[in-house]
Amino acid sequence: MSTAQTTAAPKKRLATSAMIASIATADQRTTAAPFGNALVELAKSRPEIVGLSADLAKYTDMHIFAKAYPERFYQMGMAEQLLMMAAAGLAREGTVPFVTTYAVFAARRAYDFICMAIAEEKLNVKIVCALPGLTSGYGPSHQATEDIAIFRGMPNLTIIDPADALEIEQAVPAIAAHEGPVYMRLLRGNVPLILDEYGYTFEIGKAKSLRPGNDVLVVSTGLATMRALQAAEMLGKDGIGVEVLHAATIKPLDLDTIMTAAGKGGRLVVVAENHTVIGGLGEAIAAGLLRAGIAPKFRQIGLPDEFLAAGALPTLHDRYGISTAAMVQQIKGWL
Amino acid sequence: MPTLDIHAPPAGPAGGFPYAGSNVSLRERAYRIRRHALRMGEVQGQGYIAQALGIADVLAVSYFHALRHRPDDVHWEGRDRFLLSIGHYAIALYAALIEAGILPESDIETYGTDESRLPMSGMAAYTPGMEMTGGSLGHGVGIAVGMALGLKRKHSNSFVYTLFSDGELNEGSIWEGVMGAAHWQLDNLIGIVDVNDQQADGPSSAMSSREPLHERFRAFGWHTQRVDGNDIDAVVAAFDAARAARVAAPRIVICDTQMAKGVSFFETRERNHFLRVEPGEWQQAIALLDETFSGKTL
Ligand SMILES: Cc1ncc(C[n+]2csc(CCOP(=O)(O)OP(=O)(O)O)c2C)c(N)n1
Ligand SMILES: [Mg+2]
Repeated sequence: MSTAQTTAAPKKRLATSAMIASIATADQRTTAAPFGNALVELAKSRPEIVGLSADLAKYTDMHIFAKAYPERFYQMGMAEQLLMMAAAGLAREGTVPFVTTYAVFAARRAYDFICMAIAEEKLNVKIVCALPGLTSGYGPSHQATEDIAIFRGMPNLTIIDPADALEIEQAVPAIAAHEGPVYMRLLRGNVPLILDEYGYTFEIGKAKSLRPGNDVLVVSTGLATMRALQAAEMLGKDGIGVEVLHAATIKPLDLDTIMTAAGKGGRLVVVAENHTVIGGLGEAIAAGLLRAGIAPKFRQIGLPDEFLAAGALPTLHDRYGISTAAMVQQIKGWL
Repeated sequence: MPTLDIHAPPAGPAGGFPYAGSNVSLRERAYRIRRHALRMGEVQGQGYIAQALGIADVLAVSYFHALRHRPDDVHWEGRDRFLLSIGHYAIALYAALIEAGILPESDIETYGTDESRLPMSGMAAYTPGMEMTGGSLGHGVGIAVGMALGLKRKHSNSFVYTLFSDGELNEGSIWEGVMGAAHWQLDNLIGIVDVNDQQADGPSSAMSSREPLHERFRAFGWHTQRVDGNDIDAVVAAFDAARAARVAAPRIVICDTQMAKGVSFFETRERNHFLRVEPGEWQQAIALLDETFSGKTL
C-alpha cells in the first residue's frame, strides 16, 4: 500500500474530528440527513415500515424518523444483538424494519444474529449503518474497515455502498421495494451531493459509468467514488483519461458491466473502495475477471490490512491512500 | 483453586499505595483531575467533558486511595488492574493518569491530535496506564473476569477494577460477564458503574436498563453497594468495604453521578451525551472550578 507524502509538517497538528463530523469539504454542496428524510417521506405511503436503533438514532439520522413517527420507532437501547433479533421478529410479523447502528457494531457484534435470524430466513430487514470504512478518527473501535468482507460471505444479503446524498435518497425506496435483507453503508449528517451533476439514477445491482476515459478505468464504490471523480478531474488536467464506473451494489455485483468495461482494450483497471483491500469490491472484481479470463493490468486503492490509527480524517485518508491526492499519486505511479 | 487472602500485605512502597499519607486531599485531586480534563477539552474544542467532570471524584478515590500502583512502572506485576470499559471516558482517565504522575502534564496539549498518545477513545497500545481498548462498549466486565481468573492462577492478591456505564448495562455481553464473575466467585473483581442516567440517545432510565440496578446485581450474586459518586467520603467507604468484604463474590460499587459536576453552567445546560461547549467557555469553566475550589479550602 503506497501512501501519500505529506509536503510540509503542519504547524499545529490536526485534531480528531467529532464523532458526528461531516466528511464534506467546505466547498462541497451537501444535503442534510438524506437517509432520515427519505425514510420519513417513504413511510408516508408505506405504513408497514418501522424504525429501530440501538442508542444511535441521533447519530444515524434515524432520529428524524423517530420524531415523525414515534409510534413506529423502537429504541432498543445499546444492544445490537437484540436490535437484529427484534428486527427479525418484527419482519416475521409483516413489518419492514429499517435498523441503524454503526457499521462496526452490526458487522462485528451482531453478525450471528443478522446471519441466522435475518439472512437465513430471507427476512425483509434493511440494515443501515453509519461510519463505514474509515470515516471516524476514533481508531479501530469505530472504523468499519472490514464490514463488506464480513458481509460478502453471508448468503441472501444485498450490500450497497452509496456515494452521496442523492444516491442515499434514491436507495431508501429502492431497498424498501426489494424483497429480502439489505446491508447499506450510510453517510450521515451533512452529506456531499455530487451525483446529480452526472445525471445518475440508482438501481440495485447496476454499476454505472459516470465519466469516460481512455487510459484508466476506475471501478469504485461509496465514498471512494466521490474521491475517484475528483482524482479523474485532476488526472485529466495532466492528459490522463479516467473512466469512473460506480458500483454502488457490491452484492450482487454487476460483473457484466464491469467485465465489458475492463475488457475494453489495454486500460489500467483500478478498483477504489473505502474498505480494506481484503475481501471487498477489489477482490470481488479480481475474482470475477479472472474467472472470465480477462486479465488487464489491475491495481487496488483501499485501506491496508492493519488496525488503523486514530487521528484527523484528512490525515488518515492521506496516510492510508483514499484521499483524492493519494489516489492521483497512486494512479500516476502505476501508469 | 486456592482461596485469596485479600488481607495479605501487598508488595511495593507503602504497601503499593503510592499516595498513602499524602497531604493532598482527595478533594484537591478531584479538582485537579477536572481541571486537566477541561484543559484537554479546550485543546480539541470538544470531548466527553460532562462524563469526565461527573466521574472525577470516583477516579480520585481510585488512583489516590484504592488502587495499588507505581506511577513510574505501569507494568508492575503487583498493581491492581484498572480497566476502562467506557473508551469514550478516556479524557477522564487521562486526567487521572496525569494527576497520578503516570503521564506528564505536557501531554495535555496533544489530546486527540494526530500522533498523540491520548486518542479520543481509550486504547491500550497508545497510552501508558490504559489497560484495555474500549470504544466498542460492553467488553470490560468480561475481560475483568479473565484477568481476575488469571491473577488467582498466579496466587496474586491484586484486584481488578473495571469502570463501566449505565448505558453499557444494555449490552448482553455485560450480563454474561456479571454471571461469569459470580459463578467463579471472583472476590478479586471490583466493578464500578457510573450511573449518570445518560446515554447517546437520551436518559438511561428510559431505556432497557431499568432500576433498581442494585437489586439486579444483588440477584446476580454480587456484593453490592450503591453510593453518591460525587461524595468522596462515601466512595472511599464503599471502595474500602468492597476490598475488605469476606465474601466469595465479585463486588460492585454503583455510583450515581451528576454529569458535568463542578461547573454549574454546564450542569444546568440541556443534558446531552455530548455536551455542547462554546470556545470561550473552557476558560470560564476552569476559572469557576478554581474559584469554587479555593473557596472551599480556605
Ligand atoms: C457496542 C457499542 N454500541 C454503540 C456504541 C456507540 N455509543 C458510544 S457511547 C454510547 C452511550 C453509552 O452509554 P453511556 O456510557 O452510559 O453514555 P454516557 O453516560 O457517556 O452518555 C453509545 C451508544 C458503542 N461505542 N459501542
Ligand atoms: Mg451513562
